[in-house]
Amino acid sequence: MSLDAKIPQGPLAEKWSKHKFNLKLVNPANKRKYDVIVVGTGLAGASAAASLAELGYNVKAFCFQDSPRRAHSIAAQGGINAAKNYQNDGDSVYRLFYDTIKGGDYRAREGNVYRLAEVSVNIIDQCVAQGVPFAREYGGLLDNRSFGGSQVSRTFYARGQTGQQLLLGAYSALNRQIHKGKVKMYTRSEMLDVVTVDGQAKGIITRNLVTGEIDTHTGHAVLLCTGGYGNVFYLSTNAIGSNVTAAWRAHKRGAFFANPCYTQIHPTCIPVTGDHQSKLTLMSESLRNDGRVWAPKTVETAEKLRKKEITAAQVAEEDRDYFLERKYPSFGNLVPRDVASRNAKEMVDDGRGVGGSGFAVFLDFADAINRLGQEAVAAKYGNLFDMYYQITDEDPYKQPMRIYPAVHYTMGGLWVDYNLSTNVPGLYALGECNFSDHGANRLGASALMQGLADGYFVIPYTLGDYLASIGPKPVDASHPAFAKTKQDVVDRINTLLALKGTKTVNEYHRDLGHIMWEYCGMARTEEGLTKAKGLIQALRADFWKNALIVGAGDEVNASLERAGRVADFLELGELMVDDALMRKESCGGHFRLESQTEEGEALRNDDVFAFVGAWQYKGDNQPEELHKETLDFEFVHLTQRSYK
Amino acid sequence: MNLTLKVWRQKDANSTGKMVTYKAENISPDMSFLEMLDVVNESLTLKGDEPIYFDHDCREGICGMCSLYINGRPHGPKRAITTCQLHMRSFHDGETITIEPWRAASFPVIKDLTVDRSAFDRIQQAGGYVSVNTGGVPDANIIPIPKVIADEAFNSATCIGCGACVAACKNASAMLFVSAKVSQLGMLPQGQPERWSRVQSMVAQMDEEGFGSCTNTGACEAECPKEITLTNISRMNNDFFSAKLFREEKVHDHSGGGE
Amino acid sequence: MSEIKQTFNSSLGKKLIMALTGLFLCTFIIVHLGGNLFLFKDDQGYGFNVYANFLTHFPPIEVVAYLLYASILVHALYGLVLTLKNRKARPVAYAVQTKSPASWSSKNMGLLGAILFFFIVVHMGDFWYKYKFTHSVGYKEYRTNVLTNQTTVTDFVPADPTFEHSSTTVNDVEIVRVKDIHTLVSTSFHNIWYLILYVIAMGTLAFHLLHGFQSAFQTLGWTHRKYTPVVRFIGTWFFAIIIPAGFALMPIVYYFFK
Repeated sequence: MSLDAKIPQGPLAEKWSKHKFNLKLVNPANKRKYDVIVVGTGLAGASAAASLAELGYNVKAFCFQDSPRRAHSIAAQGGINAAKNYQNDGDSVYRLFYDTIKGGDYRAREGNVYRLAEVSVNIIDQCVAQGVPFAREYGGLLDNRSFGGSQVSRTFYARGQTGQQLLLGAYSALNRQIHKGKVKMYTRSEMLDVVTVDGQAKGIITRNLVTGEIDTHTGHAVLLCTGGYGNVFYLSTNAIGSNVTAAWRAHKRGAFFANPCYTQIHPTCIPVTGDHQSKLTLMSESLRNDGRVWAPKTVETAEKLRKKEITAAQVAEEDRDYFLERKYPSFGNLVPRDVASRNAKEMVDDGRGVGGSGFAVFLDFADAINRLGQEAVAAKYGNLFDMYYQITDEDPYKQPMRIYPAVHYTMGGLWVDYNLSTNVPGLYALGECNFSDHGANRLGASALMQGLADGYFVIPYTLGDYLASIGPKPVDASHPAFAKTKQDVVDRINTLLALKGTKTVNEYHRDLGHIMWEYCGMARTEEGLTKAKGLIQALRADFWKNALIVGAGDEVNASLERAGRVADFLELGELMVDDALMRKESCGGHFRLESQTEEGEALRNDDVFAFVGAWQYKGDNQPEELHKETLDFEFVHLTQRSYK
Repeated sequence: MNLTLKVWRQKDANSTGKMVTYKAENISPDMSFLEMLDVVNESLTLKGDEPIYFDHDCREGICGMCSLYINGRPHGPKRAITTCQLHMRSFHDGETITIEPWRAASFPVIKDLTVDRSAFDRIQQAGGYVSVNTGGVPDANIIPIPKVIADEAFNSATCIGCGACVAACKNASAMLFVSAKVSQLGMLPQGQPERWSRVQSMVAQMDEEGFGSCTNTGACEAECPKEITLTNISRMNNDFFSAKLFREEKVHDHSGGGE
Repeated sequence: MSEIKQTFNSSLGKKLIMALTGLFLCTFIIVHLGGNLFLFKDDQGYGFNVYANFLTHFPPIEVVAYLLYASILVHALYGLVLTLKNRKARPVAYAVQTKSPASWSSKNMGLLGAILFFFIVVHMGDFWYKYKFTHSVGYKEYRTNVLTNQTTVTDFVPADPTFEHSSTTVNDVEIVRVKDIHTLVSTSFHNIWYLILYVIAMGTLAFHLLHGFQSAFQTLGWTHRKYTPVVRFIGTWFFAIIIPAGFALMPIVYYFFK
């Protein structure tokens, strides 16, 4: 199967406008004859559902949470990028495009990224009109802050809760359409499969998480806005419920999964305190502006610290290794996320990690406090220090913070073309769920931008083209494909419920997380990945024999919900490992130890690997087939990153 | 730490529930409250018993999904945090902890500690928005908004919709929740065109859902994990009376009008 | 009409009525206390009796008085309706009593209000009703020499039992004949049970107003960073301390000192 990304020809800046003109339109009177299914109500889902309903389509929206407002977009802290150039500092659509392509280590499509930068300005207008209270200057105009990976101030923010405010804006637009009756909202409903009729997506199968009912929903198109799969690592900054199931089910029904190995690991998270830990909390990256990262020079000192025989303050200056400053004299503590993360991991692997578990390094503010005074430090980072104190019960004014990297975002996802359509006609993927715009690494404040761009400003145009082409004939729910798919779902649930082994689903998930983190995390090797593949296969086989799932299917059953999600992670994990094995280069969030520069930086191999790796499912326990979509760079020149 | 838990167990909305006592053993003070429950649930599962069902998702205090009425207080004993941000070091070894669901007629129990808060969504659907379609909006900087107004609107907008205000209120009133949205949009210039209809619509829906009325005790404000203030309620009252007594606008009815 | 009905049937509308009637009652008790200060005057009840007569016979005040009675009833009735509705909003109680911080009075306005209502019924039955609708209250005749300002008091028995009040001046002597509510009050205040009832009622009033006064402003939406502290100050010091203390002092002074 050939992968046609359908990028319009012509100059970069004209691609999207020309494409919009060429897309077919649906007659306004006909729009109400189409049903569109939107799964997930985060930034991408809520904005898409609202915008499509405004156009006149009948939308059915689904979320597994108790309210669409709970989607994990709500937790995004930093901000949202837009090429408004309000600061007069030289920003432009082209610059945002360029920063994003470069930040993604040249593994994203030029056409998509340019469009993203282009519509970014509309997003801010839209959100302000909805009543999103962005931060403002005293003159009443919008404020901006700067963010990693760019030299201009283009990030709009609402204190540390930008994601929340943007999501509540989209949620309000969605609510308006629910009230009008144009969106039918299904909460506490989990999508468990997609129904394809003659190769086209025509509906989904859901489980009502309250009654356990398995329902069939028909639609002329299905939009998956179901977020990323970071929870394959068990511990991540994702919400507990975040899962890959919708995307993975679609994958098993034919949709290609692209670049699954691209995962972003954030360097400054609060470390794990023990096996009981259920999730990781992010601390803003800005802390590295004043904090100095260090680990003890010797394993012995680290050991004493771990056993609490000595405190960090008692470690003499000459016994400390400020490893980022030592290895990267010019960037020091401000090296990019992936570099900082990888180095912290090296310290821990070396036996020099600190904290009770040994999985942490220090982020020390003692110098900053001496230099600037405690008050100045508090003014800058007070809320973060409080948050840290709250979680760890350690006062960061008195002793160094402990930090450790954590999985934060997944750049890979369902393969989509320029129209956000997967290779299955009628099946679309938006937001973090797709793979398209961030390449191998996502820049800060770009996730919110992409989710909203897809939902507000891309899908309302591109979906119409497809719907116009298939016509408004109602979807025939009596087609055997619906009954068959529903039966598959029921069978799978029954198989899961029949598992009465000795190991809880949570334990399997944790084991999988350990494997993924160890071998497919911040640094990957041929040997480790090969080992991981075997371990995952064995774990998955064991799961289907020895897992323990309690309760019944026709009631609220958290154990069953969890089991279905973990079963899918157990399959995805192997594909991630396959993808990482295939990609014998380092790029962005994917670091192969075999492929690094002399300074230890990610070394790309553009001659061989400048492509999107899209995987096709070939059946249970069968190797997946790789399809390559070549990335052509017409407008930017590919360079190697260096932080010397 | 070893603890005794008294937990409300209820099979479903139609069953009657009861308090059941559990032992939580070898609990680390570093655990979050929900992680402590995870541990209890793992041991229940291994015994083949049904785990305790409770709502939770982000576990960083922003999604608003977690709830729990712990020892007589929503989100537990500490101020300005959600249950998922509460750590076991806030309790002492050997303590008995009583855990109940939010109690309100408008929040029926779904199972165990989980309640149905869709009433909140319906209130928002009644009018908690600015009626603008995607596209065709003016430039974001066309209307300057005084910083103090933008900041105050933000304070109101930080509501996470967890329902702690209802749980804490002796009248199970939703006034703090409703007023936060009414205030946010009522303060911003973008919210002005619908200011007088919005407040009527949202209050009408709030009443329809069966929440109690506000007696200004301030318990909601004290328990709100996002520290939303009573001032919001006062602003809403003012807008409501103004709308009802002196304005042309009625409860807006958007249903069915869209194309 | 239906829109107005809708307004006052809404939860906020009911609260608006509570707030407005409450504030009106607050203004009344200022006047009531002011008038009753005559009780402290050592004039053998002259000022107090004349004042009582004035209140019951000056038409504008009579109109306001009926408004006042209506306010008391409406305030109590709506209070009851709201309390019942609020109870219904939480059909299943918590097993653990709430530990959420909120002032005691704010949580017990219904109870406080019920005690006050009971008190008002007793109080009005004893004085207002007897004064206005029965002939059980005696009369006093005050003869004041306008030149020397000397007053003498005697009991007075009118020929006509419906007699209310007369004021004449004969030969530089002003003769005022008036119903003697003062003696009734004085007698009552010498009863220990009355004293206890009054002191408890005024304590109740204190707590009721401690929350009620500022709460009314909150309900009406009259809050402001600059003025709310003033409202709270007045609510606490004037309405919750000075006024109830003033009222409570009356039976205390009569019981112990007169």
